[in-house]
Amino acid sequence: MFGYLVGRVAQAVVVVFVMSIIVFVGVYAIGNPIDVMIDPGATAEIRENLIRQYGLDQPLWRQYFTFVGNVLQGDLGRSMVYNTSVTGLVFSRLPATLELVLVSVTIASVIGIPAGLYAGYKPDSIAAKLIMALSVLGFSVPTFWIGMLLIMAFAVELGWLPSGGRGEVAQFLWFKTSLATTNGWEHVIMPAINLSLFKMGLLIRLTRAGMVEAMGAEYVRFARAQGLPDRQIVFSHILRNISIPVITVFGLELGSTLAFAVVTETVFNWPGVGKLIIDSILQLDRPVMVSYLVMVVILFVMINLIVDLIYARLDPRVRLKGGS
Amino acid sequence: MTAALEVRGLTTRFDTRGGAVTAVNDVSFSVEKGRILGLVGESGSGKSVTGFSIMGLIDAPGRISAGEVLVDGADLRALSDEEMRKMRGRKVGMVFQDPMMTLNPVLRVGDQMAMAVRVHRKMSKSAALDEARKALETVGIPSAVERLKAYPHQLSGGMRQRVAIAMALLHSPSVIIADEATTALDVSIQGQILAEVRELADKTGAAIVWITHDLAVVSSLVDDICVMYAGRIVERGTAEQVIGHPRHPYTKGLLDSIPSLHAPGTPLPQIPGSTPQLSRLPQGCPFRPRCPRATELCATPPPEVTVEGQTVLCHHPLERS
Repeated sequence: MFGYLVGRVAQAVVVVFVMSIIVFVGVYAIGNPIDVMIDPGATAEIRENLIRQYGLDQPLWRQYFTFVGNVLQGDLGRSMVYNTSVTGLVFSRLPATLELVLVSVTIASVIGIPAGLYAGYKPDSIAAKLIMALSVLGFSVPTFWIGMLLIMAFAVELGWLPSGGRGEVAQFLWFKTSLATTNGWEHVIMPAINLSLFKMGLLIRLTRAGMVEAMGAEYVRFARAQGLPDRQIVFSHILRNISIPVITVFGLELGSTLAFAVVTETVFNWPGVGKLIIDSILQLDRPVMVSYLVMVVILFVMINLIVDLIYARLDPRVRLKGGS
Repeated sequence: MTAALEVRGLTTRFDTRGGAVTAVNDVSFSVEKGRILGLVGESGSGKSVTGFSIMGLIDAPGRISAGEVLVDGADLRALSDEEMRKMRGRKVGMVFQDPMMTLNPVLRVGDQMAMAVRVHRKMSKSAALDEARKALETVGIPSAVERLKAYPHQLSGGMRQRVAIAMALLHSPSVIIADEATTALDVSIQGQILAEVRELADKTGAAIVWITHDLAVVSSLVDDICVMYAGRIVERGTAEQVIGHPRHPYTKGLLDSIPSLHAPGTPLPQIPGSTPQLSRLPQGCPFRPRCPRATELCATPPPEVTVEGQTVLCHHPLERS
């Protein structure tokens, strides 16, 4: 177990290192941030000063090692646009994204998993076919389009909900969240539904596939031969078996939603990290991009680790070993 | 006295796109308490479907279209789904072929067994685990308490099959159906389990239907034998009668192709052809195209001939030697 954790951390370090090089070089190739930031009327002297201030006159490899050195000292750098520390910037945006993602994965699981179970339990019923048809829509219709439709319907036409932005926040335990106010919920519910549709479709299909497979499994037949009622077979025998693939995908989806809720955040003007990264890319705010992506990699590695630990808990045949 | 299990005219059909297929065709047999009946046939002969039909576990598109299944004199087919569920495990138990697949891999043996106990009897989990322990001891599992805490993958194949048999025994059912229960095991383990099953039948008085394709196995275990071919029972009698003096050409062919019963050094005879597709059965006797004794008469439905309790479904049965 300890060997396994050490292996995992080593793996994470390598991934973060490789990723940082790719991002650094990639962002360098996109363009010169000075051109975007500076007033075109500025003198050559101001321009030169600014370039030197940001270290952009150095060769790329030296810029990279300066960056790595700073990171190792816990300094992810300063945003060129906001002129504040990147860490502070990301963490000021993170609660907004976290609450949005939390609400959306909850909606997706609470609706998606039971719907998938039912669709797999009675695959020939009309309800099951309807569920499957909707799940296809869920992950094939573009998010931004559904988002705009939602705004048209509920904000513009009906006027029930605000069209975008984050609502009032209130203190909850250690941080300020909009989930602690009614106004906050009114703001979060529409983007959260929008963000949940893709995940819901995925969970439905995954749960259904697992359920259909399990219903034909010998252990289910054997359980029926013992006289167990179907309800007990589904909840005591099947659910645990099919939760393994569901949790894998759930973990990956959680990570990518946290990192890249960009489209929904843009459509609903939600001040989260997705919006931050898109703005940074447009403004070539290199320190924000690189540091943010490094954090995303760490996030993914952590989620994968947690998924692995849950695996070992759910399936007694899984043994966590060191190395790979 | 009424038989523990009596099956009368059981017919199970599968409505497929290519038309209805009769997997079990007018099958009748009975098993007394403490007796073991061997249900023998090739793959696709309908023997497993017969077992599942008795259990009421035929899923769509299959359905039982006719017949009666009497357990201790009560017709199971007259029961509602819910009443039938309550019979399963309590009055009729079943053991399956592959012990690797029949136990849930992610639940402890004890939890699975306790679930099977408590579904029919109201009791605490610890009392149920105690019942489970007793059942494991009955089938000869050493240190049963530790086994209850194990996961299925931590047990050997023979051990797992013993667990499955113990689970079938939990409520002392009147009838146990064992579908190829030792086929997946090593020969030595097979022998042990067969001996234990024989002892269980004698001790508990359960009527056992032993479904297998392996005539050599049943010969040492069972009291009576039914030979199935293409959904029908073609020969029925005591084990001595059927094995010693087979009258149906199909039974004869099966017996001749058992290596251990055959003189060494000579080529092993085999039945030509393969099991017919149920959707395209020939007219009359379904064994006709493969039968060495077939004549034109065999294109008409074969008669049932009974001599001294040995019944055979054939126009030209072999003479009793």
